[in-house]
Amino acid sequence: MEKKTLRDLRPGERAVVAALAGEPLSKRRLADMGITPGVSVFMRKAAPFGDPIEISLRGYELTLRKSEAENVLLGEWGKGVGPWLTESR
Amino acid sequence: MGKGSGALAYRIALIGNPNCGKTTLFNLLTGSSQSVGNWPGVTVEKKVGRVKGRGGELELVDLPGVYSLSPYTMEEVVTRDYLIAERPDAVIDILDGTNPERNLYLTLQVMELGLPLALAVNMMDEVAARGDSIDCRALGELLGAPAALISARNGRGVPELLKITEDLAYGRLQNSFHIRYDAATENALNQILFVLMSAGPADAPLPKNYSLPFCASKLLEGDDSVAGAIGLSKEKKREIAAILSDYERKNRPGTRETLMADARYRLIARIAREAVSRRRDPRELTLSDRIDKIATGRWTAIPVFFLVMLGMFACTFGGPGEFLGRLVETAISGLGGLLSSALDFAEAPAWVRSLFLEAALGGVGGVLSFLPQVSLLFLFLSVLEDSGYMARAAFIMDRLFRKIGLTGRSFIPMLMGFGCTTPAVMAAKGMAGERERRLTILLTPFMSCSARLPIYGLFAGIFFANYQGLVIFSMYLAGMLVAILCGLLLKGVVCPSESSAFVMELPPYRLPAPANLALHVWEKCRGFLIKAGTVIFSMSVAVWFLQNFGPPFRPVEAHTESFFGIFGRWIAPIFAPLGFGNWQSSAALLVGLIAKESVVSTLHIVFGAEGIAAHFTPISAFSFMLFCLLYMPCVSAFVTIKKELGSWAGACRNALFQTAVAWFVSFAFYQVATMISHLAGGGPPAREAASVAFLFAGCGLVALALYFSYKFLRNFVRGGDSGGCAGCPMRESCEKRRPP
Repeated sequence: MEKKTLRDLRPGERAVVAALAGEPLSKRRLADMGITPGVSVFMRKAAPFGDPIEISLRGYELTLRKSEAENVLLGEWGKGVGPWLTESR
Repeated sequence: MGKGSGALAYRIALIGNPNCGKTTLFNLLTGSSQSVGNWPGVTVEKKVGRVKGRGGELELVDLPGVYSLSPYTMEEVVTRDYLIAERPDAVIDILDGTNPERNLYLTLQVMELGLPLALAVNMMDEVAARGDSIDCRALGELLGAPAALISARNGRGVPELLKITEDLAYGRLQNSFHIRYDAATENALNQILFVLMSAGPADAPLPKNYSLPFCASKLLEGDDSVAGAIGLSKEKKREIAAILSDYERKNRPGTRETLMADARYRLIARIAREAVSRRRDPRELTLSDRIDKIATGRWTAIPVFFLVMLGMFACTFGGPGEFLGRLVETAISGLGGLLSSALDFAEAPAWVRSLFLEAALGGVGGVLSFLPQVSLLFLFLSVLEDSGYMARAAFIMDRLFRKIGLTGRSFIPMLMGFGCTTPAVMAAKGMAGERERRLTILLTPFMSCSARLPIYGLFAGIFFANYQGLVIFSMYLAGMLVAILCGLLLKGVVCPSESSAFVMELPPYRLPAPANLALHVWEKCRGFLIKAGTVIFSMSVAVWFLQNFGPPFRPVEAHTESFFGIFGRWIAPIFAPLGFGNWQSSAALLVGLIAKESVVSTLHIVFGAEGIAAHFTPISAFSFMLFCLLYMPCVSAFVTIKKELGSWAGACRNALFQTAVAWFVSFAFYQVATMISHLAGGGPPAREAASVAFLFAGCGLVALALYFSYKFLRNFVRGGDSGGCAGCPMRESCEKRRPP
């Protein structure tokens, strides 16, 4: 299966973040804003001109560009991403 | 209890995410006792105020809103450095109660610093309205820091917050932080702590301000700036690198940048499960969601955006603003009458009369009549900001702004530029990318600031009485067009790479707090009044002197013999091809550098009442307006730009660029419009109509003028852009990279 990124998500779809790609600085930025592996994101909409996009995660709304969304790799529940999602104590 | 070096009061720092209500709480606590300055070395706004506690006065420092203590933005660096270097006596961390998860992320990092910490869970009215609840006790116990539920909008819970903060500052109350991450993270943190604490022969001692847990977690995040700040030896760096790669290899996928963040968020999820209860299904639409369906909807966003902008402009520069402006004018002319009869009574000599009535009252009064519009504009801008629409506007406009090399966040400085260039340029400081920030600072002055409005008002009233509104509107349009064209031209020049990060929260819509708005508008108006009372007043007197006196410091009969006449004549030829080669206009433009609105008062003084109509034609008047719109901003904006760019050379380059653009645009407009009006022929009314009709065509000529100067600009900006690709985050992947 081809690697899916946040960019490919259509409005109204929900997915789980599998990993972040890109430069350390931008990775940390995304992680600081709560986009970490395992988090569930909901694609709300794209801006009227098609870019940036608005997602919701952890109970708030975040906007990011498609070029940044490309660095957010998605996975599917139970397919390699699932096990460590559940709280491990 | 003794206090260190010269500090009089206990210092309390306010910290929190953007949009968490931090400023509202700060305003509520300090009221009018606050003073606004800048953090040393940077242009991030620093607000300090005083609050009366039970045990005496406390000094409150409002730290910039940040999401994290990473050294990523200027705000984050300022906040981090302040907390580490200054070690305030207590920290109040304000959390948005409607979104505790994201806000607690910062809390955990602040806790690592080991400062006395009080938690203020804000927006509790909103939380209650949603049917949610937060267990303040549980939250405090889970984190080991006392918490208070507050609502900064109506002041509920704030006395309790103040009490626990005081107790913490005085040492009557102690935190007992317990942060426990997952086993792998704790293990790695402990290993790093062990390395930090073991002293080798080559090790510098840890600076005493740095707390070990903070250093450990930042090192685990791969934050190299901490390693540098605490002077880590090579050997220890190697040991820590080994711990990091071991940590990355452990069970969970991810890298050092994400693993620590992930560990924090997982801890937060655990805390939230115990302390926060939500009644509502998170998928149910809130009011904010419903507003967003329209405000950022695919088809409705743009119309709504333009309606909002139009409404704002219509109110500020249309009926209501004008009405208030006339009221002030009436008051001033009444004052003038009083002053005039008082001078008559005192039998003052003619020159004293002229000094008071023409210079002082004429100059300052003309500017004061403009105060209502300035305050209305700032009121609207604050409403947009506080309500959360500003962030949406950035979201909507990002794509378009990116086309001209800016980001959606440039929209906010640009919009504020319509009010005043000075705060607008300062608003650019929060932007992530250095390239976009510089470009925004360069282009923002093209947004016609409110000080330029009286100039348009003056000329439009005299030459375009029938098309007044249209002509003024065309000025705003021309400014935007020029900015777009310059952006397009410079985009490929400064550093032709991809734009930097645009990751931004869209806060829920909120009703702005009236007290906040009032305070904000008052702050801006006070600045404006001080400017009118000091800079503009002294400039008016100086102008009056320069045009009534000539060498060697003697009163002159004819203005042409005055200092102004002489200097104006020197530079006037430069403006001859633009249609206003008389010394009076040149002198007015020079004075306009001090404050653009004084162009009007200067023209009034040097031309007298009827002189303007005699010295300009509609076309040259429009050309003059274009030049006023585009040439370098006033001194206060210039100084701000210097501060933002960090060098006089950069500021001068900006000013030179803007003035050159102004000259080209006015030149192109004047020449073409004159040609066309000659071809069209006809009397003055026809010419008036013709020039209005070609205004918009003139805007197109801007493009032409810029196109021909493109090559020149290219070299100009490249030569000056000393940073090159060095500061560009994309330099590794950039194909157009050029050698430094």
